[in-house]
Amino acid sequence: MRLLALDTSSAAITAAVHDGDEVLAQATELGAQAHGELLAPTIAGVLRDAGVDVGDLTHVVAGVGPGPFTGLRVGLVTARVMAEALGITAVGVCSLDALAAEALATGTVRGTFAVATDARRKEVYLAAYDGDGTRLSEPDVLRPVDVDGALAAAPVVGAGAWLYPDVFTDPREPRLVSAAWLATCAVARLDAGAPLLDTAPMYLRRPDAVESHARKRVTQP
Amino acid sequence: MSADQPLVLGIETSCDETGVGLVRGTTLLADAIASSVDEHARFGGVVPEVASRAHLDAMVPMIRRACETAGVTLRDVDAIAVTAGPGLAGALLVGVAAAKALALSLGRPIYGVNHLAAHVAVDQLQHGPLPEPTMALLVSGGHSSLLLVPDVTCDVRPLGATIDDAAGEAFDKVARVLGLPFPGGPHIDRVARDGVIEIDFPRGLTSGRDMERHRFDFSFSGLKTAVARWVEAREATGEPVPVADVAASFQEAVVDVLTRKALLACAENGVQHLVVGGGVAANSRLRAMAQERCDAAGVELRVPRPGLCTDNGAMVAALGAEMVGRGRLPGSLGLPADSSMPVTQVSALETRGER
Ligand SMILES: [Zn+2]
Repeated sequence: MRLLALDTSSAAITAAVHDGDEVLAQATELGAQAHGELLAPTIAGVLRDAGVDVGDLTHVVAGVGPGPFTGLRVGLVTARVMAEALGITAVGVCSLDALAAEALATGTVRGTFAVATDARRKEVYLAAYDGDGTRLSEPDVLRPVDVDGALAAAPVVGAGAWLYPDVFTDPREPRLVSAAWLATCAVARLDAGAPLLDTAPMYLRRPDAVESHARKRVTQP
Repeated sequence: MSADQPLVLGIETSCDETGVGLVRGTTLLADAIASSVDEHARFGGVVPEVASRAHLDAMVPMIRRACETAGVTLRDVDAIAVTAGPGLAGALLVGVAAAKALALSLGRPIYGVNHLAAHVAVDQLQHGPLPEPTMALLVSGGHSSLLLVPDVTCDVRPLGATIDDAAGEAFDKVARVLGLPFPGGPHIDRVARDGVIEIDFPRGLTSGRDMERHRFDFSFSGLKTAVARWVEAREATGEPVPVADVAASFQEAVVDVLTRKALLACAENGVQHLVVGGGVAANSRLRAMAQERCDAAGVELRVPRPGLCTDNGAMVAALGAEMVGRGRLPGSLGLPADSSMPVTQVSALETRGER
């Protein structure tokens, strides 16, 4: 197995190569507005570092968010088009699951916890997890003040928790998604024969657009 | 067509069309297009986020359709070209990321090119190599420019552009005033055929002083307002609005200014060829008047068929193929999408992300 994982759902542009046993290479660049510029060179870099020829890849795994739309799409279209060009399949993993897996594996959380990432506009993307890392519900987008009190007081992983300390009183690491953990999540599911997601984006919000009604007059009636 | 000419795949996502074209040399092999225009109609204009979502979902299907139509596989492609700008930022990014994914997966060079130059280069697919220099009038919902083009791969000089609304935008807004659907261009063209050109709407930037300061610039905002005032005055009297006559008279004003300035630019620069491109180039009155005035001035008019005038992937592939043919340097995987890419910049410059 030669699996390329990538995620652009947060301010981190991250890519990793996994051989089914371990992560061969990983790289993360920071650049909130530069996903489009940084992702492809980062992928080329991890392939080189891993000593893996792009033609030998067997899977492309993309973090499907939730995340800010423009950056998220860069990762998803990259995964879909690479898979098309290489004749392999692209699969998806919820980006919040990668943060949850890393937090559990590195011991920053134990028991029930939540993951909260920055959704901008004073909102967070949020999901709750049990102590085995199983996600308890579909991710949601909401204002921190609207988060269930017990959940807000629990350990919360991700940049969203660190942005709103008044609400999330027990923020934990990590803050940004790592493709190495995204790859690890995907490999665990493939090994277990568990289903993976397709690469449909988790937008969780409709586009901002106002339907047009009557035309505006230029002269006063 | 010769098989040793490079096969170039072009991707266009600057507005609401997801275009993937395949060109070998100057021969068009495939031009796959998906449009999200219907999704924007109820908003009265293109909604960037709606367009970007549609690009993501249409990208792989259009790549597939283009390859099937051309009877090639992606492995046969020699180079990738993509619109790097100008256009809607989020929409451009989808295409640029897709192009990089192809370049990276196939190990082929990538050319990030200017959308406006691509509108000029596309004419090669229909009328053969571009004369040098050529004059280009590009008119669409997003741009209205008059360009002197000594070399479409590296030397494009703007003579003038709109200082307010793009020509296509004016068509959309006037269509709305007349109760016609979005996008306005085809509807105004259609109803104008039954109209009489009898209302004397203003020709922006054509008076003496404007011709000194804005010789080759356009302005359509005042015209649009004049049409709205005229219609409102009519409505105030309770008389029916003669929609066909208003449409015909408005269209005449736009087309008159566009062709007058384009021919003047040809004359003053000693240019014998005029290419007209962009979505508004599909307008039948613009085609007719441009032909008339070019014939009178001894200028050869080159207008690609309507499907090549509107945004598409073939035009990007056409420019990419010309760049490969002329040995222009490709970009890198770090090339940026630039929503306000200047027309003088034919290919995307590197900024960051180099490794
Ligand atoms: Zn255009």
